Amino acid sequence: MTPSEQLAQYIVSGITQGSIYALIALGFVTIFNVTGIINFSQGEFAVIGAFLAITVAQKVSLFRGQLPVALEWPLPLAILVGVLGAILVGMLLYRFGIQPARHASVLSQIVVTIGASIALRGMVLLAWGTDPYRLAPFTAAKPLRLFGAVITRQSLWVMGLTFVAVVGLYFFFRFTMLGKALRASSANPDAARLMGINTRRMGLVAFALSAALGALGGIVITPSIFMTYDRGLMLSLKGFVAMIMGGLTDPFGAVIGGLLLGTVESLAAGLISSGYRDAFTFVVLFLVLLLRLGGLVGRKTSQELERAGL
Amino acid sequence: MRDKRRALLGIVTGVALIITACAPAATPAPTQPPAPTQAPAATEAPVGAPTEVPAPEEGEPYLLGAFFSTTGPVSSLGQPEADTMTMVVEAINAGGGVLGPDGKLHQVELKMYDDQSDATKAVEVVKKLIDEDKVPVIVGGTGSPSSIAVIETVTTAGVPFVSVASSSKIVNAADGSQNHWVFKTPQQNLPVAQVQLDWMKAHGFTKVASIGVNNAFGADSMAALNQVTADGGIEIVWEGTFEPGTTDFSSQLTAIAGTDAVALVVHATPGEGAPLTVQFRDLGFEIPIIHNHGIGNRAFIDTAGASAEGVLFPIGKLLVASQLPDSDPQKATLLQYLADYDNKYGKPASTFGGHAWDGVMMVKAAFEAVGPDSAAIRDFLETKITNFVGISGIFNISAEDHTGIGKESLVLVEIKDGDWVFVPPDQYANVP
Amino acid sequence: MTTRIRPELFLMAALVLVLAAIPVFVHNNYRIFTLTLIGLFTLLTVGLSLVMGYAGQVSLGHATFYGMGAYLTALLSSSLGMPSWAALVASALITGLVGFVIGIPIFRLRGPYLAMATLGLNVIFILLVKNEGQITGGPSGFTNIPPLAFAGRIFDTDAEMYYLVWVIALGVLLLSLNIVNSRVGRALRAIHASEVAAETLGIDANAYKLKIFGLAAGYAGLAGALYAQTIRFISPSSFDVLVSIELVTMAAIGGLASIWGSIFGAATVVYMADIIRDWMSELLAGAPGEGEIIVFGLLLVVIMVFMPEGVTAGGVKAVRNWQARRHEHVPSRT
Repeated sequence: MTPSEQLAQYIVSGITQGSIYALIALGFVTIFNVTGIINFSQGEFAVIGAFLAITVAQKVSLFRGQLPVALEWPLPLAILVGVLGAILVGMLLYRFGIQPARHASVLSQIVVTIGASIALRGMVLLAWGTDPYRLAPFTAAKPLRLFGAVITRQSLWVMGLTFVAVVGLYFFFRFTMLGKALRASSANPDAARLMGINTRRMGLVAFALSAALGALGGIVITPSIFMTYDRGLMLSLKGFVAMIMGGLTDPFGAVIGGLLLGTVESLAAGLISSGYRDAFTFVVLFLVLLLRLGGLVGRKTSQELERAGL
Repeated sequence: MRDKRRALLGIVTGVALIITACAPAATPAPTQPPAPTQAPAATEAPVGAPTEVPAPEEGEPYLLGAFFSTTGPVSSLGQPEADTMTMVVEAINAGGGVLGPDGKLHQVELKMYDDQSDATKAVEVVKKLIDEDKVPVIVGGTGSPSSIAVIETVTTAGVPFVSVASSSKIVNAADGSQNHWVFKTPQQNLPVAQVQLDWMKAHGFTKVASIGVNNAFGADSMAALNQVTADGGIEIVWEGTFEPGTTDFSSQLTAIAGTDAVALVVHATPGEGAPLTVQFRDLGFEIPIIHNHGIGNRAFIDTAGASAEGVLFPIGKLLVASQLPDSDPQKATLLQYLADYDNKYGKPASTFGGHAWDGVMMVKAAFEAVGPDSAAIRDFLETKITNFVGISGIFNISAEDHTGIGKESLVLVEIKDGDWVFVPPDQYANVP
Repeated sequence: MTTRIRPELFLMAALVLVLAAIPVFVHNNYRIFTLTLIGLFTLLTVGLSLVMGYAGQVSLGHATFYGMGAYLTALLSSSLGMPSWAALVASALITGLVGFVIGIPIFRLRGPYLAMATLGLNVIFILLVKNEGQITGGPSGFTNIPPLAFAGRIFDTDAEMYYLVWVIALGVLLLSLNIVNSRVGRALRAIHASEVAAETLGIDANAYKLKIFGLAAGYAGLAGALYAQTIRFISPSSFDVLVSIELVTMAAIGGLASIWGSIFGAATVVYMADIIRDWMSELLAGAPGEGEIIVFGLLLVVIMVFMPEGVTAGGVKAVRNWQARRHEHVPSRT
């Protein structure tokens, strides 16, 4: 492989990987925008959504062999099941974990999400065990070549979904009643309530929406990277970084942050050092933060910062 | 008011500390309730019948301590080990128990804990096993750090410990001797690298790339490869690691493709090893791939699918048991383990579980010979495990070698048509 | 006002007596070791409480300094041959200094940005340790760390390290209580409430934050050094981001703005884990590990929901509520 082909591959792979981070980051951004919480369980939504889809789409054996399941439903139905299951989990988390603690400090709420992520991971481990699982690629066809770099069809699905998601979120927040209500409850909960918006329900909607995004993300990446019970941690961390790079509240920023993250990681791992790949993530983050305190996109009001200031 | 609050707090803290320090350990119900003592079947033996050997009496249960990493980053190794442990102990107890040197049958009471892949917790649970559960012998320690961390504890307490982790540092003391109270059942990583070297030499390869997961397992394996290739005259033209949980390897693989390596050596378990292999093939690279013994698990083939074709790896004989000649002394034991495990858990056994099997069966032999005496068990393990047919190999433990198996316990396996195929040494040049 | 200090000293004396007495009556090494661990976690959590509760800054990377102290001790005493007590002291001081210096660029950030920076610090530290195996032993760990030898005595039993760790932990607690009740503590609380207002009062917020961060780093480094000399083997996974998060939960459970809460938080988490472990090995014998983490996670959620200020304050509130309810039954004398 020639150096220029290699470079093309690094960039292409970086963008693909970055789309994954962007998808997770979008979920973070949605919840943060509405509730001010950093949801440490975001990655688990992706894992749960993927595993539920896998369970109904294939023959699997749950609970250390005690519960064989052989539904083998078609893929679109499996995706629906995965997304609905994740939404359910997200809503339960909000209803029983976040809502009762809504008067507590943001840090306490974050610790709630930490506890939830630990418990969810344990449940996934209990049900599906430690093995990796796979979904068949959505479209079975040979990979494409672009400037000598390889793009698998599934990568196109990932990038496509990210694009649809971010555009969809933009329109949702800007132009739909529900979206505007969500933004209102985050900007000024009291005023929102005065306007008749049920802010508690908005939190629920935010969690449901993030869970759905997370689940879709998890499902679409499974054919490429397979799913294990502990993927959630890494996904949460990378998504979190992408969100921070993007400025915390802007979906477009999150996507740009994710893509940048993926590309830098990819280039650094290939050209500089494979072992220190994750370190480059943070080096880039530090640079972005120190040079532009507001993140890549968007400006921070001191109010938002203080709310985020824990 | 604040002072009263603080005083209350302090007293509560102190009391809580005392109570919990002195509290007797919760006595959990033993895993199997001991059967009521049976009197010899005197009333059933008909008068004048030929002398029947009376059923042995029931004795006190023998305690067996175990700890594995069933959660956390190395849980994919720990869970088959723990499952095997549970399965074997249940089978022993269902068959009446262990026949001790006193002529009585003893149920085995298993005390098993999870160390969450953390060395500190490993020390915690081992101390718990020794000081509270009072076990005479311990099997376990999935990850090398967990095993190494507890060496001091078991040595001070004089409790023999059979580790299921692979680092040679577990048994090798600083002064060159073997740690007195510590044994291990997996092969070292060095023999695995030696088999890989044999394969490379059969092909006449001189330049390879090496990529591995950055944990104790991967690091040890890569160090072993470095050692044998240096001696064997083979150059590692690209070497790199990736963090556990990495999902994208395209950068590293692309970098490798830019070198003149003619083969790729991978040190990983299926969680990363499978996506890596798939991505390698998806990127269009065709050089042969040889893994280490981390992928002796059905999940690798199931997830890597077509990309797994032609992948090679050295492994214990378990995976190709049915292809061994009947004269192989391990064959029967291997097939039995495969059948039992599949029956109970609905999925194929892996070599990791086999390490636990070896450990518990050695301890069973010790129980039968000397009973639950720590020092006696240790001596038994050191001196009497000779030609012991296990899953990982045929063990010959001695004072100079607390591992007991080496390169002869490994075979090279190729993945072909979605299954494992045994490759005899004279065929190395023809695979893949 | 000297009367304010006295209840604290009384508590401290009571605690000292209790802790000193335990190994005399309890010969169970496991229990003593668990208490030693609680002492170490207390050291770690106190620093975190100061940083998070009083200075109001979130640190998701506190385990970095824990690990730094441990690896420094290992390197100084084992690879470089320094006497172990000197290595202990040096590790704590160097780690504190490093914390202070790293704080300089980090504290230019706020809120989640700061949290992320501390997390990044942890990740980078662990990667350094794992990748530079020649020096650190890599992922397989650093073995054969010499035990502490001091005043002619070698600290190589569980009981000896227990006493040492608790003497140090209580000393640090006293020191921290002093800080919190002093001018510095008031300045910190002012910074936490509103940095802008504090600055207008002439408080150099940045200097205070840095000093506290450095102090907390020093505490953590000390804890790491003691850890290395207790278990005599260290590996990078004992100091990674998951441990940092565990420390944050300990601080949150204990109560962030409470120094005594750090003992409580550490003790609660360690004993909770132990009780759950016993429980699960009976209940879910086939899969105890999974059961443990599920229950632990759920308990964490429950504790945070019902006692968001932490178990310390929550417990005190519960007791007061109970007292108040008792008094309700007394008919009012009108």
